[in-house]
Amino acid sequence: MQVLFDNLQVLFQGLALGSIYSLVALGFVLIIRATNVVNFAQGDFAMLGAYSMVLFFTGLGWPYWVSFVGALAAMAVFGVIFNYGVYYPLRHRSFLPVVISTLGASIFLQNTVLAVFGPQPRPLEKVLAADGVNIGGVFLDSQYLVILAVTLALVLFTYLFFEHTLLGKKLQATSQDKDMARLLGIPVALMISITFIYSAVLGGIAGVLVGPILFVSIGMGSIIALKAFAATIIGGFGDVTGAIVGGLLLGVIESMAAYHISVPYKDAYAFLALFIFLLFRPSGIFGEKVSEKA
Amino acid sequence: MMPFRLPHVGTGAVLPDMAAPRPAGSFLPPRPSRNSQAGRISIPALVVLLAIAIAIPLIPYQMTVSNYVVLMFMQAVTYAIAVLGMVVVLGYTGQINLAQAAFFGIGAYGVALGMLSGGLNFWISLALGVAGATAAGLALGLTTIRLGGHYLAMITISFQQIFDLVLVNWVDVTHGPDGIAGITRPSLFGISLADDKAYLLFCSVVLYVLVFAVWKLPDTRLGRAMRAVRENQLAAEVVGVHTLRTKVTAFSLSALLGAIGGGLYAGGFAYISPDNFNFARSIEFLTATLLGGAQSPFGGVIGTVLIVQLPEWLKLLPESLRFIKDVYLAVYGLGVILIIIFLSEGIWGLVKTIRTRLFAEQTTTDTTGIPALTLESAGSHDGPLLRVDNLQKHFGGLKAVDGIGIDVERGTVHALIGPNGSGKTTSLNVMSGIYEPTGGKVIFEGEDVSRLRPHQRASRGIGRTFQNIRLFAALSALENVMIGAQRSNNPIAPGEGALRERAMSALQFVGLADRAHVIVRNLPYGHQRLVEIARVLAGNPKLLLLDEPAAGLNQTEKMAFVELLKRLRGHGLTIFLIDHDMGLVEKISDRITVLNFGRKIAEGTPAEVLRNPDVIAAYLGTAGKVN
Repeated sequence: MQVLFDNLQVLFQGLALGSIYSLVALGFVLIIRATNVVNFAQGDFAMLGAYSMVLFFTGLGWPYWVSFVGALAAMAVFGVIFNYGVYYPLRHRSFLPVVISTLGASIFLQNTVLAVFGPQPRPLEKVLAADGVNIGGVFLDSQYLVILAVTLALVLFTYLFFEHTLLGKKLQATSQDKDMARLLGIPVALMISITFIYSAVLGGIAGVLVGPILFVSIGMGSIIALKAFAATIIGGFGDVTGAIVGGLLLGVIESMAAYHISVPYKDAYAFLALFIFLLFRPSGIFGEKVSEKA
Repeated sequence: MMPFRLPHVGTGAVLPDMAAPRPAGSFLPPRPSRNSQAGRISIPALVVLLAIAIAIPLIPYQMTVSNYVVLMFMQAVTYAIAVLGMVVVLGYTGQINLAQAAFFGIGAYGVALGMLSGGLNFWISLALGVAGATAAGLALGLTTIRLGGHYLAMITISFQQIFDLVLVNWVDVTHGPDGIAGITRPSLFGISLADDKAYLLFCSVVLYVLVFAVWKLPDTRLGRAMRAVRENQLAAEVVGVHTLRTKVTAFSLSALLGAIGGGLYAGGFAYISPDNFNFARSIEFLTATLLGGAQSPFGGVIGTVLIVQLPEWLKLLPESLRFIKDVYLAVYGLGVILIIIFLSEGIWGLVKTIRTRLFAEQTTTDTTGIPALTLESAGSHDGPLLRVDNLQKHFGGLKAVDGIGIDVERGTVHALIGPNGSGKTTSLNVMSGIYEPTGGKVIFEGEDVSRLRPHQRASRGIGRTFQNIRLFAALSALENVMIGAQRSNNPIAPGEGALRERAMSALQFVGLADRAHVIVRNLPYGHQRLVEIARVLAGNPKLLLLDEPAAGLNQTEKMAFVELLKRLRGHGLTIFLIDHDMGLVEKISDRITVLNFGRKIAEGTPAEVLRNPDVIAAYLGTAGKVN
């Protein structure tokens, strides 16, 4: 019986961790769909969001929710800067220069934050004061519950936003065919800016939520981003549902494998899962097989 | 209207193969046919480079410099060897590799563990490390079977991260985060390399040999295949390049070079730890490559020296600017973005651009003494050259090709026509191997080729061109055509000379021999179409598949094109083409097949087919009938 409870506990933690991957992966996919570019600085969006929170809440002593909103506003501004500094000048070039540019941005962001905040990891308050609840021997940490709830809400919001608002449709049109969208009078550059803003805010939320669990550190984003990217491939490259399911699956695989096999290699399991998928089902769970047209 | 020039427009008579060289070529002195891509270097520049190259490792001998400076040189030299690997895989082949530090690390740990744990000597340990890394590179390269681009970036990062985790956590073998100390240097032919300066000199010699090899690589068969993959993978595959093997080779070579660098690094510094081989180091190698210029080994070396020296130079800053040193890595990240935006071909690219501005590029080529193009006749097998039997190709529920059968007879021109969306290009893609058929068979000279990959079909003599031209844009016309000539089983003499001669003959045939050294992206549209035809002809095809070859041409140009096709048929070449221009199709075709909605609705001589009521209905619709 205890074994079952332990496994449920690990499953719960895996789902919560996976939610974080899902949120970052969702940001990834939105940018991929809008610009056809993989943003290797996506994880640093989470890192920046968490450090904004540290600055506003711990540093300036603002109330928690004001700090939270402030952090998200900062991320929105940052999304615009990122678009015009890193992506926009290279929008007509092939994918390789853009990928390298985002890698450069990642190095720049991490080291700038390092120069400002120093190498010491920072703690961050949990959203709720309560520790958590104990349901039949399985302890549910309040922060994990918040993460699951917020992820669910954001996924719903994203769905409604893209499927049921005019702006969402315009964003979809932009990601499907930029030239046609432009001909129909949709301001494509603005749409791409909005995508970067939304993606940065999603990353920021993920960072603020995961901060209390992992500590806020310079490198926290890199590892989250790599797993989020792995999640997008496992789910199906460029597929929104795939990103969310892939993130959750990866979180569970990782927690289970760490619990049952070995902890030091925790980070390796995600990559092994990725390798297996790439070898046997490279199109992912929801992806369609792609082939180049002659 | 697109310019489209063909030789001997309007003569009407049977045309000779040899196009007269253009007058423009005659007052330029003939130059030897030299490759235009891989860094033509003038003699004085070469002498200067050589002098610098020899001088650098000798500096420590001439001057009394600190041990620290020697070690800095050692770092630059060993890193540069790893960066040469990046030049091969990223610069030449266009494949991203974010795990070069892992290969570097496999070489270093090979030396350290081989010597200290295995009790082997330096050279054997180095060889083991290099072999291990090459095998890893091969495995990573194999993942490109189905995946490119973003996936490859992810795969290599994953490999790098797992390698790092293993180094840190597998303490029993790797000694974990503490690293391994006490690595000793070897002797070579009885000469001890234990001394810092002697070892540095040795490493420099290795670097120079490898720079030379990497510099020469682009002008070999392998190097051209790599650049073809970089420029247009689909076209490379179709003209006969084994693209998977080429990419795997590139990855293996990259890993091999990385491991040599790493092995020498371990010997040079006597101590290694996981920090030296993490993801950040891979990014450093990548940055050095991009900064110097990914397309040239010289660029790679320059970039490495800058990256290694930069922190040292920052130390020389006056007190008031010292803060820059603290944010050095941030500046470095910013630098990567700026290089990519403003210096896309790196420092070496800039040098080349300046040189091109100062000394005009060679644009015309001497065309005397080019042998006439010969084409192998299709073998003596009985029956049609190509038989398409009940061919089907479905995309999900869409039956693009739904059970068609066509026999293409030897020595004929056979046209495939039909309204838009009738499945013509899809059929051609299945014939040339770009798509696998859903059902049915493609039989070429009696052999079932339905499941063969495009390069395998090319090696059997099926050649094709594309509706939207697919050339290797950054390569010269000659190089494009040479890549066509180097398909396997091409019945020409072995060696570079024969390839070059074959390519020049093919260019001469289409009238572009004097433009052989022009980079094809600078050629007008019509000439690009001709280069594409020359590229396929150089491969001695038995069957030529043309996808709308006359699209975008005016009446005069089309007539010239018809003459070209007639000359080809005169050589006994079998041609299967798609076109929309009925006048053109009627003029040159021996036989026409008509498709509509993925099915064959008519077949026969032009006169029969064009009078067929079903065909007329398919094109013009039927009166009184509502679909």
